[in-house]
Amino acid sequence: MKPAAFAYHRARDVDGATALLAELGADAKVLAGGQSLVPMMNFRLARPRHLVDIGRLHELNHITRDGSALRIGALTTHHTVETAGRQLGPEFEVLRAAMSWVGHTPIRALGTVGGSLAHADATAEWCLLAVLLDASVTVRGPCGSQRSIAAADLFLGFYTTTVEPDELITEVTFPRPAPRAALTEFAERHGDFATVAAAVDLDLDGDTVRGGRVALGGVAPVPVRARAAEEVLRRGEVASVDLFAECAAAAAAEIDPPDTPNGDAAYHRNLARDLIERACEEALAR
Amino acid sequence: MSEQHLITLTVNGHDHELLVAARRTLVDAIRHDLRLTGTHVGCEHGVCGACTILVDGAPARACLMFAVQAEGRDIRTVESLGSPEAPNDLQRAFSEHHALQCGFCTPGFLMLAEGFLTEHPHATKSEIRAAVSANLCRCTGYQPIVEAVDDCARKRRCAPGPAAAPSATQAADTTTPAGPARAAADPGHGQPDTPRSP
Amino acid sequence: MSTTAPHHTEPRFDRDGTWVGASVRRREDPRLLTGRGRFVDDIALPRMAHAQFVRSTVAAGTVTELDLTATRRTPGVIAAFSAVDLDLGDITAILERPAAEFVPTDMPVLARDRVRFVGEPLAIVIAEDPYAVEDGVEAARVTYDTAPAVVSADQALADSAPLVHDNAPNNTLLDVSLFATEGIDDVFAAADHVVHVEASSSRQNALPLETRGVVAAWDDRDEQLMVQTCTQVPHQVRTVLARCLGRDERTVRVLAPDMGGGFGQKCVVGREEIAAAAAALRLERPVKWIEDRRDALSAAFLAREQRYDARAAFDAEGHILALDADIVCDMGAYSCYPFSAGIEPLMASAEMPGVYRVPAYRVRGRAVTTNKAPSAPYRGVSRPQYVMVMERLFERASRELGLDPVEIRRRNVITTFPYTGVNAVTYDPGTYLESLNLCEQLVRDEGWYERKEQLADAGRILGIGYCCFNERTGYASDAFAKRKMTVVPGFDLSQVRMDPSGGIVVTSGTMNHGQSHETTFAQIVASRLGIDVARVKLQQGDTDRVSYGWGTFASRSVTIGGSAASLAADRLGAKLLHIGAHLLETQPDNVELHNGAVRQRDDHSRKLPFSEIATVAYLRADLLPKDTEPGLTAEASFDPAGDGTFANATHAVVVELHPGTGQVEILRYLCVEDCGVTINPQIVEGQCRGGIAQGIAGALFEQITYDSNGEPSCASFIDYKVPTAAEIPDVEIHHLETPCTLTESGAKGVGEGGTIGAPAAVLNAVNDALRPTGIELDATPITPQTVQRALEARP
Repeated sequence: MKPAAFAYHRARDVDGATALLAELGADAKVLAGGQSLVPMMNFRLARPRHLVDIGRLHELNHITRDGSALRIGALTTHHTVETAGRQLGPEFEVLRAAMSWVGHTPIRALGTVGGSLAHADATAEWCLLAVLLDASVTVRGPCGSQRSIAAADLFLGFYTTTVEPDELITEVTFPRPAPRAALTEFAERHGDFATVAAAVDLDLDGDTVRGGRVALGGVAPVPVRARAAEEVLRRGEVASVDLFAECAAAAAAEIDPPDTPNGDAAYHRNLARDLIERACEEALAR
Repeated sequence: MSEQHLITLTVNGHDHELLVAARRTLVDAIRHDLRLTGTHVGCEHGVCGACTILVDGAPARACLMFAVQAEGRDIRTVESLGSPEAPNDLQRAFSEHHALQCGFCTPGFLMLAEGFLTEHPHATKSEIRAAVSANLCRCTGYQPIVEAVDDCARKRRCAPGPAAAPSATQAADTTTPAGPARAAADPGHGQPDTPRSP
Repeated sequence: MSTTAPHHTEPRFDRDGTWVGASVRRREDPRLLTGRGRFVDDIALPRMAHAQFVRSTVAAGTVTELDLTATRRTPGVIAAFSAVDLDLGDITAILERPAAEFVPTDMPVLARDRVRFVGEPLAIVIAEDPYAVEDGVEAARVTYDTAPAVVSADQALADSAPLVHDNAPNNTLLDVSLFATEGIDDVFAAADHVVHVEASSSRQNALPLETRGVVAAWDDRDEQLMVQTCTQVPHQVRTVLARCLGRDERTVRVLAPDMGGGFGQKCVVGREEIAAAAAALRLERPVKWIEDRRDALSAAFLAREQRYDARAAFDAEGHILALDADIVCDMGAYSCYPFSAGIEPLMASAEMPGVYRVPAYRVRGRAVTTNKAPSAPYRGVSRPQYVMVMERLFERASRELGLDPVEIRRRNVITTFPYTGVNAVTYDPGTYLESLNLCEQLVRDEGWYERKEQLADAGRILGIGYCCFNERTGYASDAFAKRKMTVVPGFDLSQVRMDPSGGIVVTSGTMNHGQSHETTFAQIVASRLGIDVARVKLQQGDTDRVSYGWGTFASRSVTIGGSAASLAADRLGAKLLHIGAHLLETQPDNVELHNGAVRQRDDHSRKLPFSEIATVAYLRADLLPKDTEPGLTAEASFDPAGDGTFANATHAVVVELHPGTGQVEILRYLCVEDCGVTINPQIVEGQCRGGIAQGIAGALFEQITYDSNGEPSCASFIDYKVPTAAEIPDVEIHHLETPCTLTESGAKGVGEGGTIGAPAAVLNAVNDALRPTGIELDATPITPQTVQRALEARP
């Protein structure tokens, strides 16, 4: 299980990285933390001819409050977010708390936010959080070009995004606080990729639920919003076990999950229902 | 494609210059170029943790890094801990609790625990269990490993030194919710309060 | 006992009179804790090359072309050899049974034209480094004429099934019908109750964390092929290597370095270690092969895929009257050497009645061959499965008869010993009833029965399950001969040698790979000789240093190897006494061994340290008694009498089922075990805990499935779910001790017991929790989906 040969390029800055990507074309891959890419290369399931190592682009390692928004640099590790309680505050506690679901300590030490988004695993916590919280992703292209992609438009399918081969994710922006949000998931074994992951962001007015967002991972090729479930939350009822159960049931009914080695579609559906109920309760308790 | 890269890195306090192919993983460079064979290879895809080392103080999978990425980094391996004649406290705790049998996974668990306890000196036993779940052991059933790390942490806390006070990050971190599995198993949420010793 | 801290930390021979029974600190630890162990991949030899294998990508078919041209042209590649290039003999395991009962199959070192499973080695590629060799493997071009794959036992036994081996009709490698107590059908017909269980277990990987590997090199000076390989059976590897290569065994030296576990997977001879050795000879260069995890998961030896169709007859009081079982084991593509594909069905058939008084028994055991990676023994061999079936039969009977599940076991376990069962096996004394009673008492005392009821009111779903079982340890030559093996393991040899300074070297044909032999054998020998344990060093794993041995498997090391070491130590002790008496100028019966010296019984102040006796034995032979040869070396062999010795245990498990996820959470795990005299209690507990973890892994997590084309489901640890510290519970262990009269130290084997008891205990606990649904599960692993679906049937 040794990777195929490749040429290694170490980027000095963002412009240098994008210039390299433009020059090397589709044969190049960005190497950030490497926690998803390197295993695939060791299996030779990925065999880029060039790797552009952005590990030294320290300007991409930051957590910044920007008014009500929060910006996280692409090279920020999961571990940095996990230990950034003060910078995140209660407004973005959901991000910090979600990190305990990302693999294990050694993976979180090297794995990065941007790498996770670019890898676009449908069960990945950052992908789910981005979709849940209407995040936008900043990408830099050749010649200093820059654009912003809404999370809803980022994920195309299994492990594919709308980021072009010559573009680099530099930052993800969470536009507004989410003090009553929670993410939970289930995997047979601690630290594994989730069978199903669920995240909820409630809009509360006292104990009345005015609305909210519900997102699921592992039930489709990309993380999805459960719109029917969100309709239930928009009815303006007092938070209750029954309300959350109804919300979860609506989500379970609207998704079309696949059969996987972890279970069939019906199992995924049941799991989604259970996890949404739990996420709602956790969000309420925040 | 077979170009070689000259890298410098610090391993266990010693500076090394190495000429490596781009695709050479850090664990292969440590084991076969530096001949530090205490770090083991168990899966080469980041799950088993036998290759866990400290990179700039944090536990990391040496099979998921290329040696070229380690340029300028500070690496610590099991060889940096105590010697057979003078094992460190963590190694002693592993021996006292019979936390190793075949010993193949052991260096990975030691480095995982060293890194974890440095950052979380006040970790509870269930936090230690969650941290230890990063690596695979096929021999011990894990209980002795968890208890050895917990025992070592307790003794370090009792010893005078800088590790005695919880740090700010640590204080924030203890609120990390455990997975549902562990939460449900915590005392008061399912188990009778029974004495565990006969 | 709930903690893993040692119970007796600082044993002293002069105080306790023995090292046996003390948790002596492990001899292996200092090097293993500091990264100074020497595992196969740690070995580097000058000019060493690296090997990997071109492997079949189809499960069944014929290779129409194997083109290694591009492989040989790959930069860094030194050579590539196919079966034709190496021309090696096959590996064939034989049972002396009629053709209707057993069909031998040849396993070529490299497949010639037929391929029989995905991952089967076709060619060996050798390169300058481990990276280039994979480039070379990738460059190989193989074309196949693909044939339909046989991927299940059902498919294998179907009338029109394609044949995996042309000489094995019905894809059956072993088919035995045994015991068939006269009148058994009448017993079933007349019985008050007959219960039926169809149970199955999935294919598993023993999964030593260190994969298999070898370094082979020719040594001109010794005129020997030196093969350093991680094996549990060094002498068996030597025999097969010599045969395949057509050489004398003298010219092959097999050394086993430190090993990262084995659990049975390394107690058979692997094709790759033979091929790598052959390549080293051909190239006149050292060759290293380290199996990568992908190959270890899909192409190494697997185990445990079995199904049982079992019936048991009971009287109205719940006494078992008869047992009738049909056992089918899916052994994959080939017989393993030396045990053959009969290993699983023969073990199950011979031992199934277990701890119970079963008056009538009939069994049919079959090994079928399929297009999957072949099977080898895996910790417990069949016992986790048949014990699970027996325990299911009793659970089901208890429900039908309205009896408490523990009570029905109480009425049936063997309580008088020695007991000769319907399976013609004689059981030595054990604590079947006592362990069952104590285990139940512990569960009651902790309040789990009340807690289960209370929590049920709150909607929570708990279950309590037990498993009562025994395990034959220390299989004698007679026992293996009964299986009709033509290579009959059983005895083992040990040599104990004192050097001129009084230090002791013990050799044993057993092979430590995590079991702490270096510690326990030192304890045994030090106790026998009355010497400091630190002065005794064990040597294993070298066919030149160790005269002969069968290695380590089937919980045989301390029972057989330990007994051989005891006897050899006694012989050495007798010589020390003889010389000592002579030098002390006293009668031979007036001396004893004590604390590193021979001392006079009637005057303890008169004594000679061993070092002085050893000096005489080697350096002053002129002072020896006339009838005594110089030197201090003694050898002994040991082969257990009769049917060996049976360790036993009862496990109890409390689980909670989570309806939302289907997760099975283990809240409590208790083990009451009896392995006779414990040499080292902490090590015994380690074996129990580790075994239980593997049993739980089989019960809840691990399985390798194959699709209809024979493609295995698991190529990574993402798919093969080895449980972590978050899934494996703490285990509380209680000891009962029935000293064994058949072994020298009184010990019984303890390596496999934990693994045997866990699946049944977990399954019974889950079924207890599922009681309100009326659903009973009979297959492992118990997946979350299965549990979630079952819980939907709750009223």
